[in-house]
Amino acid sequence: MAQARQHPALNPDAGLVKEAERWESTILGASLAKLPERKPRFETSSGIPVRRLYTPLDRGAADYAADLGWPGEPPFTRGVQPTMYRGRYWTMRQYAGYATAQETNARYRYLLKHGQTGLSVAFDLPTQIGYDSDHPLAKGEVGKVGVAVSSLEDAAALFDSIPLGQVSTSMTINATAGVLLAMYAGVAKGQGVKPEALQGTVQNDILKEYVARGTYIFPPRPSMRIVTDIFAFCRERMPRFNPISISGYHIREAGATAVQEVAFTLANGIAYVEAALAAGLEVDEFAGRLSFFFNSHNNFLEEIAKFRAARRLWARIMRERFNAAKPESAMLRFHTQTAGCTLTAQQPDNNVVRVAYQALAAVLGGTQSLHTNSRDEALALPTEESVRIALRTQQIIAHESGAADTVDPLAGSYCVEALTDEIETRARQYIDRIDEMGGAVAAIEAGFMQNEIAESAYRHQKEVERKERVVVGVNDFKVEEKPPCRLLRIRPEVERRQRRQLASCRKRRDEGAVAAALSSVKKAASGTDNVMDPIMDAVEARATLGEISDALRDVFGEYEGR
Amino acid sequence: MNPKNRKIRVLIAKPGLDGHDRGAKVVARALRDAGMEVIYTGIRQTPEAIASAAVQEGVDFVGLSCLSGAHGHLFPEVVRLLKAHGAGKVRVFGGGIIPESDIPALKRAGIRKVFPPGSTTGDIVDWILNARLPVGEAHGT
Repeated sequence: MAQARQHPALNPDAGLVKEAERWESTILGASLAKLPERKPRFETSSGIPVRRLYTPLDRGAADYAADLGWPGEPPFTRGVQPTMYRGRYWTMRQYAGYATAQETNARYRYLLKHGQTGLSVAFDLPTQIGYDSDHPLAKGEVGKVGVAVSSLEDAAALFDSIPLGQVSTSMTINATAGVLLAMYAGVAKGQGVKPEALQGTVQNDILKEYVARGTYIFPPRPSMRIVTDIFAFCRERMPRFNPISISGYHIREAGATAVQEVAFTLANGIAYVEAALAAGLEVDEFAGRLSFFFNSHNNFLEEIAKFRAARRLWARIMRERFNAAKPESAMLRFHTQTAGCTLTAQQPDNNVVRVAYQALAAVLGGTQSLHTNSRDEALALPTEESVRIALRTQQIIAHESGAADTVDPLAGSYCVEALTDEIETRARQYIDRIDEMGGAVAAIEAGFMQNEIAESAYRHQKEVERKERVVVGVNDFKVEEKPPCRLLRIRPEVERRQRRQLASCRKRRDEGAVAAALSSVKKAASGTDNVMDPIMDAVEARATLGEISDALRDVFGEYEGR
Repeated sequence: MNPKNRKIRVLIAKPGLDGHDRGAKVVARALRDAGMEVIYTGIRQTPEAIASAAVQEGVDFVGLSCLSGAHGHLFPEVVRLLKAHGAGKVRVFGGGIIPESDIPALKRAGIRKVFPPGSTTGDIVDWILNARLPVGEAHGT
């Protein structure tokens, strides 16, 4: 298998081949006789064989201009900016949100004070699934995994004293992305900031919710229509806002390998492009604003190669398959988060080390923004102190490591280039299979991605349990330890306070205006008008997130899961 | 089939709104590989739906997984509803992002065992084999 990648006919350097043979039969042979290798086979997380040594012979057919090229132009293997971090560091963007809007607002101000350069909002599950904080299904979940936002007033409190014309904000919101985007624009309006000036990203990637994350509301087909309505709305009204962040992060957390992460994310990306084209948008009008979100996992070299392979493959897909003419349309810009699933509850301080090199892999892979996890996240939401260490980790990489001072520093590494090639090849094979099934939506409806991921997750767990994979502190190098005492707890009062705020907001509004606005939402949803315009009006009239979601449920129905 | 040879039946369930089911699916498959009959509910189930399913399927165990921090409300609710359905002998266990300091309260509420992050599927299989009642007794058959 390893030999198959060599192209001796194309490689003029017969002398090098001879030299390699000489080294293998003499120096290497003697060494192996004395000290055999640790195991018969070395592999990445994706099952890619890792060779003992990589040399120029591993990239015999490589074409520098076509495969690597120059930073800032297709295929963007070397990065999306000509100067990368020499011009500006990546955006340091810690995902944060818990309890009420007031408490989360305090955390944002803390992070900004400590040098964070962008905001990233974590919403609680009721908000993500379109239930107000007082809905029966919200019980026990309010403010737990993120901040509760049921109304424009909650959104205003969330961004209180934060100048939305200057900061860029990423919102992890999918099924209810339209409502939260409308609330964000509404808060900005209150601050005197026009929608055109707003910068940020709304995740709006519903497909991976069916695959891996679970916060869907409607069936896939109407959900895709909402997604493209948001594309069209942003293009018209919020042109500096990324209307989607096509996410591999959660796919990886669910157990996917690096290759599966790239393949399924880009397959979903293809589905969004096709949906937007079908809705009448021109590829070069929207493709430049598509953004991506990847995981940075443990296998350091494979991860770096993964980011580079994803960039190159997306550029090729956009140009070859969709005939994108503008270079920006082929540009894969991405946010990265270090891998939450690699954090251990045992010896949690060790997580600081894991996060540091995962973050370094993201930087060496050319990320545009980065979230570093906190050491206590296998147990709870992070404390202020833990979050500060996580942010400092990024600052240390930026200011002390030197890794940010040259563009794509690992390019030309025989190993990293070979892994980049291999990940691209294997991801493309997956995408071909998904095409044969009728594309990502059909593949998801058939459970294909879900099954592939579950299979990888199970294999990983068994490898850990058989100790074929060592997890430091979990299945080896264990110590007796006391459970950590300083964890962030969300108190039950949060739910009560949030319900009170919501009841008071409902009391002060004009019910006639709310009813009229909700009926316009339904009308647009039933027809072909963009749902975003009536959602904007409904939010302004103080219709709640739950009420707007219910209006859409009435028209689109609910997805029952598989 | 002779009821004494009946396989152990387990319902693996995801209560609440949390959609992270990597762990639930891995556990379900490991229990199946260990020879048990396993029903997985899928994500986003209400405690009521879980208790009804447990009764309908005549399971001996219910395994609950929650990563959203809502376990303190949801797990005891499942136990309460099982009792209300006359299935108080069904043994309930759980896992997910659950701090150790929450475990005593969960135990008091009737959750027999909590498997914190880092537990192996082998731990869970062993516990079930030790904690099983004579077959069928959970439902008085």
